Amino acid sequence: MSDFMLIAISTLDATIRVSTPLILCAMAGLFSERSGIVDIGLEGKMLAGAFAAAAMAAVTGSAWMGLGAAIGVSICMALLHGFACITHKGNQVVSGLAINILASGLTVTLGIAWFHQGGQTPLLSGDARFFSIDLPGALAVADVPVLGAIYTQLISGHNALVYIAFMTVPVTWWLVYQTRFGLRLRAVGENPQAVDTAGISVFWLRYRAVICAGILCGIAGAYLSIAQNASFIREMSAGKGYIALAALIFGKWRPKTALLACLLFGFLEALTVRLEGVPLPLIGEVPAQLMQATPYILTVVLLAGFIGKAIAPKAIGIPYSKER
Amino acid sequence: MLSQDNTSQGTDRSPAIDLRKINKSFGPVKANKNVDLIVAKGSIHGIIGENGAGKSTLMSILYGFYEADSGEIWVNGKLTSIHSSKDAIATGIGMVHQHFMLIDTFTVLENVMLGAEQSSSLKQSKKSARAELQRLSVEFGLAVDPDAITGDLAVGLQQRVEILKALYRGAEILILDEPTGVLTPQEVQQLFDILSALRERGVSVMLITHKLQEIIAITDEVTVMRGGTMVATRETAKTNKEELAELMVGRKVLLEVDKESANPQQVLLEAVNLTLRDSAGVARLDDVSLQVRAGEIVGIAGVSGNGQTELLDVLSGISAVQQGSVVLNGVTIDKDNVLNAKDFRHLSLGHVAEDRHKQGMVTQFSARECAIMGFQDEPEFNGRLLMDNAAVTEHCTNLMQQFDVRPNNPHLKAANFSGGNQQKLCIAREIERQPKVLLVGQPTRGVDIGAIEFIHQQIVSLRDAGNAVLVVSVELEEVMSLCDRILVMFEGRIVGEMAAVDADAQKLGLLMGNAGGDNSATGVAAQ
Repeated sequence: MSDFMLIAISTLDATIRVSTPLILCAMAGLFSERSGIVDIGLEGKMLAGAFAAAAMAAVTGSAWMGLGAAIGVSICMALLHGFACITHKGNQVVSGLAINILASGLTVTLGIAWFHQGGQTPLLSGDARFFSIDLPGALAVADVPVLGAIYTQLISGHNALVYIAFMTVPVTWWLVYQTRFGLRLRAVGENPQAVDTAGISVFWLRYRAVICAGILCGIAGAYLSIAQNASFIREMSAGKGYIALAALIFGKWRPKTALLACLLFGFLEALTVRLEGVPLPLIGEVPAQLMQATPYILTVVLLAGFIGKAIAPKAIGIPYSKER
Repeated sequence: MLSQDNTSQGTDRSPAIDLRKINKSFGPVKANKNVDLIVAKGSIHGIIGENGAGKSTLMSILYGFYEADSGEIWVNGKLTSIHSSKDAIATGIGMVHQHFMLIDTFTVLENVMLGAEQSSSLKQSKKSARAELQRLSVEFGLAVDPDAITGDLAVGLQQRVEILKALYRGAEILILDEPTGVLTPQEVQQLFDILSALRERGVSVMLITHKLQEIIAITDEVTVMRGGTMVATRETAKTNKEELAELMVGRKVLLEVDKESANPQQVLLEAVNLTLRDSAGVARLDDVSLQVRAGEIVGIAGVSGNGQTELLDVLSGISAVQQGSVVLNGVTIDKDNVLNAKDFRHLSLGHVAEDRHKQGMVTQFSARECAIMGFQDEPEFNGRLLMDNAAVTEHCTNLMQQFDVRPNNPHLKAANFSGGNQQKLCIAREIERQPKVLLVGQPTRGVDIGAIEFIHQQIVSLRDAGNAVLVVSVELEEVMSLCDRILVMFEGRIVGEMAAVDADAQKLGLLMGNAGGDNSATGVAAQ
């Protein structure tokens, strides 16, 4: 196998690992935003989920308990967002920012109080983490040229949460486009009054949407702290929630295109790591900082008009009230 | 199509709707006071009243949007409590709202079944909804393509989807809130045919409107509301427009505009081959030419959104001329001589904007501030350094007296005036300087009947003083009775012209839908 092949496969392998939390968060945002609730708090929910997962896993020694805790905490944050924006008709961006700030402060504070490691959680090992799974037949086909390598190294050998993340995309698509819940969800993001006059509760529908977002952000958080890493580190979400939001908009609020956007951003980040310190032909060595900034610059450039007009759900950001 | 016989509607004699002593207050405002209403089964019942008479509140109570403070709702002889739209639907009440409750991006089928899906799987739901929709279409003669994207349909067809939505939910009582506001006369006729068909099949229809013409044309009975109370209920066959108008307003009203025939003189305003393209390159105005002479009122009729707004913008200097020219009082404005709205005013042009809340006034400002907008730089309102507040207030007080703006308080926030009084203030500001040319967009949109009469008189007296007036209105009745000459706009073009005395709704309606050419835009083709 050529060197190029090896590099390509390992870069793509990294892409998958980096994209996983983006995909989960983008799908989370899709539920929330399709229902008309702006979800800038993906970042905060994920961070809180990451802390909860690491803390629970550290105490119980079980990764699955950690995942449960992450989902639970993230749902609580989502409900808080819902309480502010749906029940009390607050500003959705302000509420989302508040959630991010709350998560950023609270995780470190509780981390110091509980574990005395400067905001980190204890290093996890064994069953307290999600380890990579070898898919059936991975070893057997490892020697088959090209396809074998792709199957063994790229498709097999990730942890359970990666597979869950990729599965959320078709599941989200199915829920949104093939079920009654999805029809109503899309309707409430476009014209909540129409939903109300059709005899459906706008509030309950939107609460269900933010709960879905909470679940997915929780999984993303657990992935960060007990699958990809072995402990919680302060601010470990590092803007991924915002990138996922950008990918969602870039993907025009649709599951498949949002997935592609997440993979693109993930690929860029993987490439950044790969190219760090490597001289490129013609350009020479690209400063690491510039490489790290590339996904963000690309986001701005793409959103500024290269992707055509992204038409948001019509009622997004507007609290629903019956008064006319 | 008037009421023939509605006594033979089965054996159950209890009324479809029986409201008893309904009361509803919003803070200190009593929107409904002891309202009683009986709607017979299988009849079309009109409810008429001015803005703020309490019609919409009453219907919102019936449809579960609001809950009444007190009172009883009897449906088909049974005392019912309606707390939400869901309850209303379960009782067999359906509503077609003034602003359609449709999801533009959904197909017709999806809109119809939303909230009444048969199964949690969309595929299953769509299958059964499609069959049911097919059945309803045939039974009630309501043809519409179930797979069309709703937002792409003509307004008349969208309304049909709303009616189908209600019928799909098993509605036996159908409330229509101001259903004709956005329809062409032909579409109105189609709607009325549908309503008659519904009545024949035993559906009870409640028609909320402020248009007397429609009440007379279609209803069996009519109830008049004024100031939150029921003023009277009449059998439609035994009443007339004049009586209903008097009941609505509480005094005698002149429905026709009282004016002498026009005496047109020299041309004061002329548009020559105006073409205006929007940012997407679509021609909003397409080679528009027209003349308005001193001493005449020219009306522009058309379904809204066919270039009237853009025309007013160009003629008033809000939008720059792109192609063609405007000649105002002998001054030619074109690409080489670009003037702004203020320059236009200095050429003796007055402009009463179509949408007073967006262009006519700032609703958060006081009346006296609104009364000088566009003239705020005039020396009479300014001292050396600061504004001359006393002069501004006095100016507003005078306008309010001359134009009967109530309450007569220059310091009150513009938002706190009724629509009619806001409009009177806007018109007062523009007319007071006796402009040579006056542009008026939608002179009486959201204005009470009493104020309409007054506004029309003011416009006519400006004409009689030898000035030119251009009126843009979507109300055909208004264009026909107020104007001397009528132009019809369709898709940015002037598609017809006729003297007002020769015009009738039928002729104008055909031009408005451009039925002379292709008729796809009217939605008729989709049947």
